[in-house]
Amino acid sequence: MGAWLWLFLAGLVAALLAGWGRAPWRWRRRIGRIGFACLLLLLILYTVFPFYWAVVSSLRTGSALFSTELWPRDPAWDNYVAIFREQPFATNILNSVLVAVATVAVSLLLAVAAAYALGRVSFRGRLPLLFTVLSVSMFPQIAVLSGMFELVRAFGLYNRLGSLVLSYLVFTLPFSVWVLTSFMRELPKELEEAAIVDGARPVTLVLRIFLPLLAPAMVTTGLLAFIAAWNEFLFALTFTLSAEQRTVPVAIALISGASAYELPWGNIMAASVVVTLPLILLVLVFQRRIVAGLTAGAVKG
Amino acid sequence: MATAFEAGTNEPGPPSRRRSALSRQRVRAAWLFLAPMLVVLGLVAGWPLLRTLWFALTDASLADLDRYEFVGPLNFLYLSTDPDWWRAVRNTLVFTFVSVSLETVLGMMIALALHTRFRGRGLLRAAVLIPWAIPTVVSAKMWAWMFNDVFGIVNELLLTVGAIAAPIAWTASPDTAMAAIIIVDVWKTTPFMALLLLAGLQMIPEEIYEAARIDGVNPVEVFFRVTLPLIRPALVVAIVFRTLDAMRIFDLVYVMTGNNRTTMSMSIYARQQLVDFQDVGYGSAAAAMLFAIIAVMTVIYLMAIRFGREA
Repeated sequence: MGAWLWLFLAGLVAALLAGWGRAPWRWRRRIGRIGFACLLLLLILYTVFPFYWAVVSSLRTGSALFSTELWPRDPAWDNYVAIFREQPFATNILNSVLVAVATVAVSLLLAVAAAYALGRVSFRGRLPLLFTVLSVSMFPQIAVLSGMFELVRAFGLYNRLGSLVLSYLVFTLPFSVWVLTSFMRELPKELEEAAIVDGARPVTLVLRIFLPLLAPAMVTTGLLAFIAAWNEFLFALTFTLSAEQRTVPVAIALISGASAYELPWGNIMAASVVVTLPLILLVLVFQRRIVAGLTAGAVKG
Repeated sequence: MATAFEAGTNEPGPPSRRRSALSRQRVRAAWLFLAPMLVVLGLVAGWPLLRTLWFALTDASLADLDRYEFVGPLNFLYLSTDPDWWRAVRNTLVFTFVSVSLETVLGMMIALALHTRFRGRGLLRAAVLIPWAIPTVVSAKMWAWMFNDVFGIVNELLLTVGAIAAPIAWTASPDTAMAAIIIVDVWKTTPFMALLLLAGLQMIPEEIYEAARIDGVNPVEVFFRVTLPLIRPALVVAIVFRTLDAMRIFDLVYVMTGNNRTTMSMSIYARQQLVDFQDVGYGSAAAAMLFAIIAVMTVIYLMAIRFGREA
């Protein structure tokens, strides 16, 4: 069957190439459009299919799991029940939420103050400082691992969620500063000048004028920092030990079956769907915001 | 002197002097606003980095981080003679080069598609964002399942189409493991590339295309002569970001093939030494090497930006 398919495709391409130059313009346009639509469909299939397949597989148990039919015939929720029963998956989710929320809150608080200074005030050393912040966000995490390990132990945070909040600041903080600064610079100058003439102090300025205006930017930045913290793996793997302290990515990576060669794929797929679904919903709802945030730092910088 | 200036701000003095005092006050406030961020960044980034660089010169062990001896560049010497390390360096470079190249080409194609106007563009943009939002660990697991040698849908599909004669053990076989990892990375990070490039495309004024269209330049030529030069800045930024990111790859490789030597990246090598073998000194030396490589690349990039701005 495979060979015939290839032959058919090759024939189609050959026919198109041979007839292209002689075909009337209207036809060419139509074929071009159909081709473009096919390409887009293929693209959507490519980006969405792996997740779709995870959903389908998560709804199959027993030998049905090994079926390659594209539609789950008798969807079963056993895998979903199993991940919450066989391991502290609910606790893991709670851990991830706590860590991500705390990390985002601390980063935003520190970053919004810093972004005011870096985005609105011109002083000597501003540019080098900005570049330093940018290069910290490019740090390989492994480069701070041993130093961070020592720090975590010194604070008595090993195998506690606090160790993750502390270490996640390495990437969420510089990122937030960078993105918020680029948003801060876009706000009109007149606003601030009017307030300064009225004798407003910098703190009032930030709290009363910039904070409300920056609210959308903070939602964007917070969202991106949240996703980064939610997805982090290396620190979470290294600084937590017991199953109850793990975050979701580590819990999923370490799901194992009766033997090393028999991974419970149904459970793994169910867990994957549970932690990914909220993210996908977030992304679909805040699509425009996220795109703006992702490109804000890079393009204008 | 300073207090005299400050006192003067309330009086209707000469405007220039009043302004300078005001701006000095603003600068001082700016540093106060910066201070908490700088202190925290110093604590979580600066200090651990310095400690790692210091540990790299010692024989520290994870079991007891307080007792160690200074050994000089010995760790680096051992590192340079370990074929596994050089293998990790090569793996990382191959991975970075191949996946960033593929992501750039594919990302450019997606960006161009998203830039044209058609019905359902929002749908496509949402679909493109999905791989980006999925946690790396999850995408690694999802693909590992699809790549499963016995039950995987990839083998099933390729067998049906007739592209392969027998199932391939994608992640287990040394010939295909790296390819499998690159396929997943390309799938996951191309959206980011496409969005950065799309932002670049959207900054090109429409009139330029109009002019090209009126002159009857064919689309391929328009792309190479007009589009590409104009989005070069966005393209360079995207490539640099992705390159630096790919150099530190850890989770994808760790989840898909573990500490397997054939696919081990530099980050994996360093962590294995540091945590699994408890050899903090040696592991830190490997981490320091990765840091040095990335630092050099960043400095070159920043200098190129400076140079580009001045030129």
